[in-house]
Amino acid sequence: MTLPDWRWQVLGALGLTALALPVHGVEALFGAAQGVLPGPGQIAYWCLVIAGWLAAWALVEGLAAWRPLRGWQRRLAALAAPLLFGITLIALWEAVVIGASISPVLLPAPSAIAARIAVSPEVLWGDFLQTFVKGALIGYALGCGAAILTAFAIDRSDFLKRGLLPVGNFVAALPIIGIAPIMVMWFGFDWPSKAAVVVVMVFFPVLVNTVQGLAAADRLQAELLRTYAATPTQTLLKLRLPAAAPFIFNGLKIASTLALIGAIVAEFFGTPTLGMGFRITTEVGRMNLDMVWATIAVAALAGSAFYGAVVLAERRAAFWHPSIRG
Amino acid sequence: MVRGVAKATLPVLAVVAAILALWYVAVVPLNLPWERDQAARAGAQPALTTMIANTMGQSRPVLPAPHQVAVELWETTAEKRVTSKRSLVYHGWITLSATMLGFLFGTVLGILLAVGIVHNRAMELSVMPWVIASQTIPILAIAPMIIVVLNAVGLSGLIPKALISTYLSFFPVVVGMVKGLRSPDRLQLDLMATYGASPAQVFWKLRWPASVPYLFASLKVAIAISLVGAIVGELPTGAVEGLGARLLAGSYYGQTIQIWSALFAAAFLAAGLVALIALAGRLVNTAMGARP
Repeated sequence: MTLPDWRWQVLGALGLTALALPVHGVEALFGAAQGVLPGPGQIAYWCLVIAGWLAAWALVEGLAAWRPLRGWQRRLAALAAPLLFGITLIALWEAVVIGASISPVLLPAPSAIAARIAVSPEVLWGDFLQTFVKGALIGYALGCGAAILTAFAIDRSDFLKRGLLPVGNFVAALPIIGIAPIMVMWFGFDWPSKAAVVVVMVFFPVLVNTVQGLAAADRLQAELLRTYAATPTQTLLKLRLPAAAPFIFNGLKIASTLALIGAIVAEFFGTPTLGMGFRITTEVGRMNLDMVWATIAVAALAGSAFYGAVVLAERRAAFWHPSIRG
Repeated sequence: MVRGVAKATLPVLAVVAAILALWYVAVVPLNLPWERDQAARAGAQPALTTMIANTMGQSRPVLPAPHQVAVELWETTAEKRVTSKRSLVYHGWITLSATMLGFLFGTVLGILLAVGIVHNRAMELSVMPWVIASQTIPILAIAPMIIVVLNAVGLSGLIPKALISTYLSFFPVVVGMVKGLRSPDRLQLDLMATYGASPAQVFWKLRWPASVPYLFASLKVAIAISLVGAIVGELPTGAVEGLGARLLAGSYYGQTIQIWSALFAAAFLAAGLVALIALAGRLVNTAMGARP
């Protein structure tokens, strides 16, 4: 008799639940809900946790095996599987923190972090404005703009291209974050120094990608434009820039994650009393780990949203590319 | 051959020379205000040329001249004992060991995840989006907390820094290896099926060899960010040793020359590591029968 893969997990989950319920199972659940775990309920509690995990696993396996015909069903499955996985992770985190009674100084439970976010939105919003909007976004716009303009300038000279590309590739692999202390020294403690770090960090990846992209236009297409007697500006705007879009967006995507990192790490070297990096360092010192995790959650959300926004912009701008058309 | 090399290196040399020249030019306006200030305090009226000459040799310049950085690099690497706390080789070694350990963890974790993702659809569906999302979280920002918490648990020294490097370096390996393990085409897979190959045989004889070029391409990215992780991991622990510590100490005490030399040491380290991986990749690819 062969069972589909995921049935084993269902059997395991049911078995463990059946084992747990008679042995203080209900007691354990009610205790955990109130945040205290009775001694004899321990084993039952862990059985239930593992059972829950197995059940979630089985569900994901089932989703993976599901081959729906309709488009929206497929999209739903593609969305539900990672969502389930994430919820399971957070639930396990919560369960382990309560079950093993881990001190909130080491690792706060997700519920405590959520509570902290609900209590102090003003502080988090202020940090977000200071670090993300002022530091990261302004630096990102300046750095990417400068890089793309530089790429256009370089593109005119073959000599410069051959000279700058290896240097740019080299610099893009360097630990540029190390210039943070220098920038803080030059531009002071407030956001301009953070923006400056971000500018330097995002410049080289975008430059290298844009230069490569500008060379990507098809030879035949370039010759067609020549027969139309197109000016270099027209060729750039109508052929080479659109052809370069996937490359440019690749650079912009890399830069979007670098920008937030640069802005936060630069704050370790000196800040006004505001900002995500400042909040993380000071609250770690005061052992307020729930506040630290709340800041991290905001940073993660902001970073993901930023990346997502760039991806959306790419879909609008480079809709013709095979990787997007699918 | 010689002309080919000259054609490739000449532009690079020209660009590097231009950067150095720009650097020297930038030194003057950035450091001149301090010279003026000093002269005004001393009540002296030195000629502009002497002041400009002086901007190249300040002890705490706003922007040190390239030769100052070079001299500092030489003094702290070649002229100090390797075990000395002022030797950059010593600090570089501390950072390098954390980098290598994290790189090793990250590579192993990345390969394992990629194998799982390629062979299990449930894992592909549920884990892959999170692998991508994990990199939009600014881990470097969380580094200080991770280090403090791990210290509280009793882990200190190398491991916490290495874990941050691991987190950063597993991502390119996963992405590259998923691509690499999927690179054998339908025909090759069908051929293996006609041979009656077991899944293990398909993996070891087809998928794994096919993925090696992808592996080395991702390893080059991975080792570079692994170094960044190790350096940032050194910032919060009170900055005792390592290249990151040199950066932090330099910024506390305004020792700009020290910051720049640590920065260049890190740059050379990164370049050396990437070159080493590239070389290893080429050797392995040639040994496996790749033609240039």
